[in-house]
Amino acid sequence: MSAHLSYGRVNLNILREAARKELREFLDKCAGSKAIVWDEYLTGPFGLIAQYSLLKEHEVEKMFTLKGGRLPAADVKNIIFFVRPRLELMDIIAENVISEDKMHSPRDFHILFVPRRSMLCEQRLKEQGVLGSLINIDEYILDLIPYDGDLLSMESEGAFRECYLESDQTSLYHTAKGLMTLQALYGTIPQIFGKGECARHVANMMLRMKREFAGSQTQILPVFDSLLLLDRNIDLLTPLATQLTYEDNLRGLCRFVYGVLDLCYVKLPPEKFAAQKKQVEVGKDLPTEPKKMQLNSAEELYAEIRDKNFNAIGAALSKKAKIISAAFEERHNAKTVGEIKQFVSQLPHMQAARSSLANHTSIAELIKDITKRLLLILVDRGKWIFSLFLSHSDSASEAFFDNLTVEQEFMTGVDTDKVNTYIEDCIAQKDPLIKILRLVCMQSVCNNGLKQKILDYYKREILQTYGYEHMLTLNNLEKTGLLKPQTSTRNNYPTIRKTLKLWMEDANEQNPNDISYVYSGYAPLSIRLTQVLARPGWRSIEEVLKMLPGPHFEERQQLPAGLHKKRQQGENRTTLVFFLGGVTYAEIAALRFLSQMEDGGTEYIIATTKLINGTSWIKSLMDRPEAP
Amino acid sequence: MIRGKPDEDEYWNSSKFKAFTFDDEDDDFTRLKESKRAVNSIRSLVEEEDEEDDVEKVSWSGEPVGSISWSVKETASSIRSTGEVRDQSFPKINTAPSLPKNSSGYSLSSLFKGKAKTGSFQSFSESFGETSIRNYAPELRKPKSEYKDYVSDWTPEETVKRMQQGKVYSLEKFRSLQDKLLLLDEAVNAHDGNVITAVLIYLKKSLSKENLFRELITREIALRHYIHFLKEIEEQKLLVELFKSLDRTEDMALMQYRDHLNIRDENKRRDFLKSCLSLPFSPDDATHVQDHYTLLERQIIIEANDKQVESSGQADIFKKYPRKASILNMPIITTLYYSCFYHYGESDGTYSSPANIRKTFRISDKQFLLTCLGARAKLKAWFDVDALFTTKNWLGYTKKRSPIGFHRIVDILQKNNAPVQVLQEYVNLVEDAEQKISLAQKYKCHDVIINTYRDLKDRQQLIVYRGKVERGSSEYRKIEEILSNSQIRWKN
Repeated sequence: MSAHLSYGRVNLNILREAARKELREFLDKCAGSKAIVWDEYLTGPFGLIAQYSLLKEHEVEKMFTLKGGRLPAADVKNIIFFVRPRLELMDIIAENVISEDKMHSPRDFHILFVPRRSMLCEQRLKEQGVLGSLINIDEYILDLIPYDGDLLSMESEGAFRECYLESDQTSLYHTAKGLMTLQALYGTIPQIFGKGECARHVANMMLRMKREFAGSQTQILPVFDSLLLLDRNIDLLTPLATQLTYEDNLRGLCRFVYGVLDLCYVKLPPEKFAAQKKQVEVGKDLPTEPKKMQLNSAEELYAEIRDKNFNAIGAALSKKAKIISAAFEERHNAKTVGEIKQFVSQLPHMQAARSSLANHTSIAELIKDITKRLLLILVDRGKWIFSLFLSHSDSASEAFFDNLTVEQEFMTGVDTDKVNTYIEDCIAQKDPLIKILRLVCMQSVCNNGLKQKILDYYKREILQTYGYEHMLTLNNLEKTGLLKPQTSTRNNYPTIRKTLKLWMEDANEQNPNDISYVYSGYAPLSIRLTQVLARPGWRSIEEVLKMLPGPHFEERQQLPAGLHKKRQQGENRTTLVFFLGGVTYAEIAALRFLSQMEDGGTEYIIATTKLINGTSWIKSLMDRPEAP
Repeated sequence: MIRGKPDEDEYWNSSKFKAFTFDDEDDDFTRLKESKRAVNSIRSLVEEEDEEDDVEKVSWSGEPVGSISWSVKETASSIRSTGEVRDQSFPKINTAPSLPKNSSGYSLSSLFKGKAKTGSFQSFSESFGETSIRNYAPELRKPKSEYKDYVSDWTPEETVKRMQQGKVYSLEKFRSLQDKLLLLDEAVNAHDGNVITAVLIYLKKSLSKENLFRELITREIALRHYIHFLKEIEEQKLLVELFKSLDRTEDMALMQYRDHLNIRDENKRRDFLKSCLSLPFSPDDATHVQDHYTLLERQIIIEANDKQVESSGQADIFKKYPRKASILNMPIITTLYYSCFYHYGESDGTYSSPANIRKTFRISDKQFLLTCLGARAKLKAWFDVDALFTTKNWLGYTKKRSPIGFHRIVDILQKNNAPVQVLQEYVNLVEDAEQKISLAQKYKCHDVIINTYRDLKDRQQLIVYRGKVERGSSEYRKIEEILSNSQIRWKN
């Protein structure tokens, strides 16, 4: 499972191994048989680090999900709670511990906090009177989890809300810590760039921590040439836009159908795969269980297509199909024993490829089924017209394209200073509130704030239709700057858009030549900043940088003598881009695209506090969306 | 790896296709199976024949087999199944209370410390007395007398560092206000939220709130952490006082307002909202809160009244369309819809009449029309629908007007299964000819299409359309008639 982590430019398996080692060490500290009680949220991230087999090797015999009441019986010596430091979880632990029948099954209790222990939680345990019953309280520092060969995430859900709404910088401290761990494993990063308040803060902490550990310099040749820290709030627009890459769609679909998605896997309904399986294995029972596919570069075809714009998926899949069937045809040409032997030896790989192709074709169809969208996007005198291969009666796809059209109008600055009738209509139809909020925020961001009258109008419509209590959510959106009244008459979004070329009229989704393909025309601002930094440098866009919130800076870290990298001619630089407050799959796709550009000169490794999409992001800012 | 003929199953058995293997080592999948059997020895969820499949094994709950989350369920369920099964896989450990529990040969404390365990279960807490034990919050666990030895002279800086490293520390020695503040500043400098919070917990205990608030005002970061901390532990009252002393009155008001979400009982909730009215909201929010209160107050009255009417069986409307849910806590637009559905035509004076609600809550013309239209169309009260759009001008002519495009009106009517005669009338009112035709085609309003083509003098389209309608039908005859009309000067 971990092989795909070591293929990339930077071997992230080293990080994973370090995490596994620490886990083993902790488990061995609790000698004897053990049962783990899981905070369910953690099983996903832990799955990326270790499998049950590893735990089993260290005498973990039972695993339970953390819930109130009494713990299930299990003849083990130790009960270990693997939890996030959250007060409500402490209450559950206390309940478990108190209701334990001490006379009949004396078991030892331990807590492993992930990723950090918390005094507040310990205080709560004390108040509940169970602190003394806990043999050991430890922490498992899992700051950066390797997701893929070029992707690290802290999976810290509340990071954006904490940083930009509650001004709680704890997650930034963890970020700095995580980056220190990274430097301990991969060498000091000589250059640090950044844009935004949080970026500045993280860089300051890193420099300070480095001074403190000045004695223990790592003697590792630096793997990363530079680090770029970006605040999410310098680019609020990108996550608001509808995501158009295959990966986004696939994950979005799974969320849509199943509500949740656990990290690197998708679950697919079996009936969609029935037909295709029948062809392959005649006579076998149809699968009755949902299929689960791994979603990372370990899956060869997936790695190839995930970052493509959805509009280009059909072409990519059919091209692949041709290659595979051609390979199968080869068998007719195999005459000699040697040739046959060679053909046979390739078969397993071809089978795998064929089957993987069949899966993705089914998935692509499934996505089409649901979103009913596609196919051609034509440019006509600056105005976008979607010509569909769909009948007029298909209202789902119409709605989807209406939505996309409005988004693109906002991004290109069309009528952003007026009440938008599409938004009005959506409110009247009681479309999901999150969709409305996304669109209104997008209009606000693209207009550098809304006229007071328009803002008031939207707010009133939303409160009247969805309930007055959403006043709290609207307030949160205003505090984070996603929604704001226009303060100055000057709208500087058009300047930013033009200078950074955020809108490309001739986006080519099939054979992309620019990152704007990820949003069918819109180039994510965050990635443009990254691109410009690599070449020609930020000095060329000083004006725009000043329009975006927060300072921009550059720091250099001294390398120990002898560790200065001597770059070969033509060797690419490696840059770690850290998104503070979350990153979208579209941005990841765009960075991967830049890494692959032949004359790009830079390869990117991506890190973030959390992988997000517009919906999950807005949801994290809502005030108790589940309130009665 | 492949021997013999290329049989499909063989390929998968050879597990060349690593992409979907779940585990890290090559033979882990086998190992996984073994360990799984060992752990639960209940019927495997994975059928043999499926094992060579290319996709991840998934249990019924959808978790990949072997993943941690799957195993959590698996091991848990094995326990809940029969004890017999369990006994096969695990040597039964005697758990009689009298037995010493360290029968495994390991002493308990060797887990973390290497210190010999002193005794039985009851002495766990004592073992924390050892200074060498990695102990994070000693003051929470130990009697004071125990740390007199090391409550030596740690500076604030050293103390914070020790806290960060998880070593033993003590805060009690910071007695004077000045010392405490030095400690706080040092914690803030370290940026470690956990340490800052720990210091704040201590300051909260040991300082008067007036003093603490005063000092926090000049310490922005510590203040934020303090607010976050109070939110976490839900010390609402203290938080309100803090906001008040900070002059952050709007935050305070919103926070108090937020509390209404926790109140289930509608009367208590209403009273609570009433008490919120005097809070210092921003002018806009004040209006919203006022509306919220007024709305709930009315909903309570309407609900009580309608419930009674419904159960007494007096009103036909409730008999015909029994209420599906209570109107309490619904948004205002939903309430208006309800009012248009059950209380249409009531005089303006009643709380439940649409007109009164419209006025009280300043509902826009568009919203009112859409909501009203939706409700009346649902009831198939086409006459009411008609009346919604009819306006008289000063000459007494009636005309149909709408603040919303008629194409939207058509959509809404169609969704409510309006008959073609009704739909037709509104399709006709659509201004844009192209849109009109496309709507008419969508909803099969033949007359509209035919008339439009006639008015456009588009003979070709009319001929095409004749091919689409049933031969000999009234539409067909109508087209024939028009086409043979020599008065019309066709454009094609």
